[in-house]
Amino acid sequence: MDAITSREELDAWRIKYLGKKSAILAILKGLGSLPVEERKVAGAGANSLKNELEALLKEKEASLAGGQAGQDKAPGAVDITLPGKPVDLGHIHPITQVLYELGEIFTSMGFEVVEGPEVEWDYYNFEALNIPKEHPARDSMQTFWVDAPPAEDGREMLLRTHTSPMQIRVMEKQKPPLRIVVPGRVFRYEATDATHLHMFHQIEGLAIDKGITMADLKGSLYEFSRRFFGPDRRVRFRCDFFPFVEPGVEMAVECAVCHGSGCRLCSQSGWIEILGAGMVHPRVLEAGGIDPEEYSGFAFGMGIERIPLLRYGIDDIRLFYSNDLRFLRQF
Amino acid sequence: MKVPVSWLRDYIKEPFEADDLAHRITMAGTEVAGIERIGSSWEGVCVGLVLEVNPHPNADRLRLVTVDTGSSRNEVVCGAPNVAAGQKIAYARIGACLIDGHTGQPATLKPAKIRGVVSEGMVCSEKELGLSDDHEGIIELPESAPLGIPLTEYMGETVLDLEVTPNRPDMLSVIGVACEGAALLGVDPVICEPEFTGKGESIDQLVDVSIEAPELCMRYAASLVRGITIKESPDWLKNRLVNAGMRPINNVVDVTNYVMLEYGQPLHAFDYRNLAGQKIIVRRADEGANFKTLDGIERKLSSDMLMICDGKGPVAIAGVMGGENSEVTPGTTDVLLESASFLPASVHFTSSRLGLTSAASQRFERGLSPHLALKALKRATSLIAELAGGMPATGCIDKAPGLKPVVPVPVKVSRVNGLLGASYNREEIVSTLELLGCELLPGSNQDEMAVKPPYWRSDINIEADVIEEVARIRGYDTIPLNMLDKAIPNQTPNPMLGFKRHLRQALVGLGFSEIQSWAMTSSVMLKKVLNQAELEIWPLHLKKPMTVEQECLRTSLRPYLVSSLASNRRFEEGAIRLFELGSVYLPREGNLPREPQILAGIISASRVKEHWDIEPEKTDFFTLKGIVEGLLASAGVQAEYLPSNDGGLKPGVQAAIMIEGKQLGVLGELHPQVCKAMELDESVYLFEIDASQLLQYKLVDKSYRPVPRYPAVLRDIALVVENSVTHSQVMEVLSGYPLVVDVKLFDIYTGKPVPEGSKSMAYRLAFMSDKKTLTDQAVDKVLEQILSRLEKQLGAVLRR
Repeated sequence: MDAITSREELDAWRIKYLGKKSAILAILKGLGSLPVEERKVAGAGANSLKNELEALLKEKEASLAGGQAGQDKAPGAVDITLPGKPVDLGHIHPITQVLYELGEIFTSMGFEVVEGPEVEWDYYNFEALNIPKEHPARDSMQTFWVDAPPAEDGREMLLRTHTSPMQIRVMEKQKPPLRIVVPGRVFRYEATDATHLHMFHQIEGLAIDKGITMADLKGSLYEFSRRFFGPDRRVRFRCDFFPFVEPGVEMAVECAVCHGSGCRLCSQSGWIEILGAGMVHPRVLEAGGIDPEEYSGFAFGMGIERIPLLRYGIDDIRLFYSNDLRFLRQF
Repeated sequence: MKVPVSWLRDYIKEPFEADDLAHRITMAGTEVAGIERIGSSWEGVCVGLVLEVNPHPNADRLRLVTVDTGSSRNEVVCGAPNVAAGQKIAYARIGACLIDGHTGQPATLKPAKIRGVVSEGMVCSEKELGLSDDHEGIIELPESAPLGIPLTEYMGETVLDLEVTPNRPDMLSVIGVACEGAALLGVDPVICEPEFTGKGESIDQLVDVSIEAPELCMRYAASLVRGITIKESPDWLKNRLVNAGMRPINNVVDVTNYVMLEYGQPLHAFDYRNLAGQKIIVRRADEGANFKTLDGIERKLSSDMLMICDGKGPVAIAGVMGGENSEVTPGTTDVLLESASFLPASVHFTSSRLGLTSAASQRFERGLSPHLALKALKRATSLIAELAGGMPATGCIDKAPGLKPVVPVPVKVSRVNGLLGASYNREEIVSTLELLGCELLPGSNQDEMAVKPPYWRSDINIEADVIEEVARIRGYDTIPLNMLDKAIPNQTPNPMLGFKRHLRQALVGLGFSEIQSWAMTSSVMLKKVLNQAELEIWPLHLKKPMTVEQECLRTSLRPYLVSSLASNRRFEEGAIRLFELGSVYLPREGNLPREPQILAGIISASRVKEHWDIEPEKTDFFTLKGIVEGLLASAGVQAEYLPSNDGGLKPGVQAAIMIEGKQLGVLGELHPQVCKAMELDESVYLFEIDASQLLQYKLVDKSYRPVPRYPAVLRDIALVVENSVTHSQVMEVLSGYPLVVDVKLFDIYTGKPVPEGSKSMAYRLAFMSDKKTLTDQAVDKVLEQILSRLEKQLGAVLRR
């Protein structure tokens, strides 16, 4: 019996030891022909053996059907493989999750999270950031203008094209030293496709103090990358142009797919551009009421949607705003 | 900007690797987006000579061509109509790798029999060499092409594709890129000073130039070349233009383009004979005037646009495009060359208003130095004289009302290192700047100096600009990494952030998934979901929306919340719970809109049984109310619910969420008309709370009450009251008894034996004292009082 592992083997065993042609049944059938004394002894012995065999059979049947032998014996045993009563939990949007993650990293580095208006004056979005009217740098930030009368001072209303206007608003309100990050929505008049949206998220950073250097910028952003992308990803700083910083910096991290050797994802460069940064332009400090002779600072700005796009291998950026539960439930 | 590397080698005499230079240029601020290697795949292709062309014995369209490569003669079957004896051509031998003319894919040339004749190779078209899509005929090489040399050697090229940032007009010129590259390689570029020899009359006697709008035109220089012949440019010139991405036209136009690519200075050639009065007047356009540009398109002008005019009227839009009326034509014999400097903002204004960008406007709007104009003019004049056979008039016109000397920028060594966190010494800084062509003037001490940037670097104006030059040429990787080691600034706590996070987490715990939707919607959509014929709040509209569906800024989160429910319903049978927490935009007179943070959620029931042991939960108003109550309780807020009148919600099944007498939101069942309009055939429940305001009522300081020391005594009572009596009326009576610490309404019953028009409400009351254990008698006594008060005030009868 111990060697039996299947239903079929057990059936064979039953037929052999308990079936119509089994020895036990032959004994029981033949009892009538025995003398009374012998009949009693043989009958009792045969019946007890039959009961024992039947018990063994039943036990084996149960163990073959129900798995662990210990449990199925317990009174009131349940099928523990049935699904539990669900506690439905929802999902936080992947963009919100990334923003929280970034906020935590920068908060732990002494940056304060602040938020600002999404509908802005052109002054904060452009002029105060050293992007005068008719400057070609505006062409890379196609703007949604709001159909509202201009303010008394001639300022015009728009949907902010970046989170940088908050640099000026914070400088106007707070005296240095300051260290802030600004997460939020931004808008560009751009056709929407799998890699472009007319509304997306950015996080802006600004640190101003006496004696802040580009070495501080590099160190802080390196530290951010180390915590966010992990210590194994190399970081590259190159010169780039943004009107509101001088010198200007672009930071890239090593491509996670090819580890720097070049692939389709990173356009064969081995690097993924992550953010623009630089030392705050003296004219921007002045616009914020801060003396550039006394103070210096660095700023950075990063697009958010790219991060989960790269992290999870999402192939269409529009999914973030599709509000499709089949997408949202994955995060 | 496409830069052929062979062109750069005209100015950088030291050897360099194209890839290395591309990397250095990228790291220094101008991204080399691509390196195109023309001819890198032309293995097995060489310059050949067509000896004879004979008809193919079996095909009318094909011919047998004998090609000499100097070392061999081969018979090739060729279908090109333009093949002729005596031509120099590109010959591919068997085994060469070419682009297949039909599939467009690279393929190895295999021996083939074409209509019974073996073809020993191929005479190539541009397409087969990957030069263009032209497959009509074979490439005819110049007679001077050396027989038998590999084609790569003869016409191969490496082209850098630069993405030039808006601050660097110099990088839109080959000389500018060469100067940058030389500085990055640590060598000196070789650039000749252009000059030309004029003859005869002085140009001043032949052309009259006046600048009537000096605020928009800093400099206007011109030269005149007479007696030229318009023809095709020589091959070297055409090849360079093609490799730099421009189409050759004729020798004069090609020279203006070539010099523009070389120096970055746009030039324009006028047919001198078509200039009325031999006059150039630089002035603003007449408001509303029309002008036909070179591309044949009629353009409407405004007085903010600068025009180049002759004695009669406009002949070009300054810095953007020339006019049809003064264009150089095959019959042109005398050309007036213009090389001018226009105000960058003016060119940008004109080009963006007209929707017309050109290679010229892209350069002007970046802020070209006026110093360039004369150099480029001299270079172009001498080239035209050389290639078109004319004679320049003596001298140049040079009106330069806005030409200013380059101003030296004061720079301190201590400030360079102070801003960068680097430790460069004075010599390192000086030599780096000198590599860029800066002139260094000593200051009054070892720390100070003055830096006079080269004229073509119009972007270097302040100390920070100079500091960037030092950093980027020495390399950003020479600056150390430093963790911010200054004291963390004082912070102003922003409780809204934590509060929003709390609300999100709480809702996720209640089974809601967060959505993020567009900030823009349409007034039609708002009317639909708010069920308003005329919108109560007229939303801010966009001047130029991308689509009518996104013409205005949302004043409510409802449009996308409801439409997302509807769209998810198409594939989701189970319960759906969605929420959004985000801004709405409420217009304010003369100011930016208010942007309160609104929290809105929507629920609908499961349509199917989803679990073996749970019946589908009934979802109704009270499901939603329980969610809102739980959410608010978790925020430490207690709300009152009053009847409300929200047009988007079903009458009688909605309530205002009141906190301390102020309405902060609403909850209820979606109005059947809204459901219908949104194609929802089920009951849907929605809540909306102003999270920004809610925060002000959030219980920040929670107070402690001692944990009860004495047991509670429970009593169940069933009250028969008229149907109009509400739960909150009963609660109000009960609230007058401090010993009643908890009340639960556990049943409501109507029907026999309760009289018609009445209902039975069963309450479980908990009595407790914080001073002693209550006896049954004490509880009964209070209960008596309660029941008599309920009877008196609400007509409630105890059901026994």
